[in-house]
Amino acid sequence: MVRRSFGGDDHIFVEFDEEMNLAANFRAMAVTATLAERRIAGVIDICPANVSYQVRFDTDRLAPRDLVAELESIEAAVGDGTGFDLRTRIVEVPILYGDPWTRETASRFRDSRQDPDATDLEFAARVNGFDSTEGFVAAHAGSPWIASMVGFVAGLPFLFQMVPRERQLEVPKYLSPRTDTPRQTIGHGGCFGSIYSVRGAGGYQMLGITPAPIYDPTQTHPDFADSLVFFEPGFIVKYAPIDRETYDELTAQVEARRFCLRQAPVEFSLGRFLADPDGYNRGLVEALDGR
Amino acid sequence: MGVSVLQPGLATTVQDVGRPGYYNVGIPPSGSLDQYSSLAANLLVGNAEDAAVLECTYMGPELRFGSPATVAVTGADLPPLLGGEPRPAWESFAVGAGEVLSFDYLRSGARAYVAVSGGFDVPAVLGSRSTYALGSLGGLEGRALVAGDELPIGDAGGAAPGRSVPEALRSTHPRHREIRVMMGLYDHRLTDGGRRTFAEATWRLTTLADRTGMRYRGATLEFRERVAPFGAGSDPSNIVDAPYPIGSIQVPGGVEPIVLHRDAVSGGGYVMVATVISADMDDVAQSAPNNTTRFVEVDLRPGRRARRRRAARLEALREALA
Repeated sequence: MVRRSFGGDDHIFVEFDEEMNLAANFRAMAVTATLAERRIAGVIDICPANVSYQVRFDTDRLAPRDLVAELESIEAAVGDGTGFDLRTRIVEVPILYGDPWTRETASRFRDSRQDPDATDLEFAARVNGFDSTEGFVAAHAGSPWIASMVGFVAGLPFLFQMVPRERQLEVPKYLSPRTDTPRQTIGHGGCFGSIYSVRGAGGYQMLGITPAPIYDPTQTHPDFADSLVFFEPGFIVKYAPIDRETYDELTAQVEARRFCLRQAPVEFSLGRFLADPDGYNRGLVEALDGR
Repeated sequence: MGVSVLQPGLATTVQDVGRPGYYNVGIPPSGSLDQYSSLAANLLVGNAEDAAVLECTYMGPELRFGSPATVAVTGADLPPLLGGEPRPAWESFAVGAGEVLSFDYLRSGARAYVAVSGGFDVPAVLGSRSTYALGSLGGLEGRALVAGDELPIGDAGGAAPGRSVPEALRSTHPRHREIRVMMGLYDHRLTDGGRRTFAEATWRLTTLADRTGMRYRGATLEFRERVAPFGAGSDPSNIVDAPYPIGSIQVPGGVEPIVLHRDAVSGGGYVMVATVISADMDDVAQSAPNNTTRFVEVDLRPGRRARRRRAARLEALREALA
């Protein structure tokens, strides 16, 4: 299914599916990556998203019908996305689960929460059928996630866990959004995870926090020499649970501008992933160890 | 010598023509919300079109000039005062070293633009001096002005004061507007009644209106029944998070249309039913809380015609001030 709509006179919006799934996400990434390579005059912004994408263009330089024809030809070439290999990277993101800062924030928004007497992590564990937060953390950190979209605010990744649907973790969002979320909070809402790049509003349950900056408008941290945004659509994330002592050590490294995220280049093939998700994921994670 | 901020106003930021090309990582175009008025202010003082101006929302700042300059104020009807004495809007005037520019109360519109010969010379970030406050990016330290700030001014090529925008090329700011929109995106989620209500209702701008988005109230839109798609969320107005066009109108819960503007959040999980045509985004920026709006449906062809007419008006402005 492909559904196309203009967004005013200067955007075109294309949706591949109504439901979240990796195949639709991959088609969106493949089409937008190909479009970017063609460097078409008049194209302003190319935004891949979870199951859709959007192109902002200057209609004075690029006629809408010419852009549509271009997109149709790219979509036909991409097909169902299984033949497209994505050159990307895998990144290890350390998390302190159940940290004191997001717990304190949650306690300030009791009325917005389904179970004000549990922490967000305890609530997320319970609604996913785990007896303990440890079981939930093992599932959360056990398989990698793909940045299916970057946005909302600067550099914020939407993360989709690379496991079959029956193993997807799902947690309802807050009953009403918070006006405050600590920077670098690890959130989860619906089937999506996220890392809050900046402090601000948010509606996802708060599971923990990472010491690693993912957005640096000052570009003074080593990971940000080339770009003030760390994440790009298609990056793969492996979470590494850490304790408070490690969190404090890493935070000291961040403050000294010495911290770098552990990462490795990988190529991701949707076809090979779908054939054996767990085996394929093991291979991806091994790339982090240089194997 | 620069400009000292004695009082910042309510939400005064440095803006320019914007920062296109980074929306894919969540960095919106930013820039003056009313680009027409912002351009007029720059042309009046002889600046390049991409020079940075101040965008003043609802209330003006109080600024002391460290050196002589030519100044112009355009956009909302926010009357400029120099040393307490009225100065004309849409007209450039001279400011002496040590003089204080302030503003009377807002009479109509929402956003006034202040250009200074030489432009506000804050560092460009990703090719623009525009402030994107959510991302602490651009402008003066990535934020709105506060008292005590010092704004650097660039070298003035400049034009002599006394230049004026012809009456026919000045924007006016009625309390009720018709804003043209193209339906689409997820409008199939509305019932026929919901579509009619959207088009026929008189929408009142709430006080929740800023550079990210303008929230309106006035009616409740009805959505079609459905089984929620995996990952979308249970409310009928939820979708799997999608990109948000600049100017798109989302309707969380069916009760509060939000028009996203140039500091837009780049995507999210609320159904969008229409998008404001590019030619009418300046008008959206000049709506003030309690002003009313009707959203009038147009197709792509009239939308593009309106875009060409706006381009011709910009061209007329350039010729008038050449």
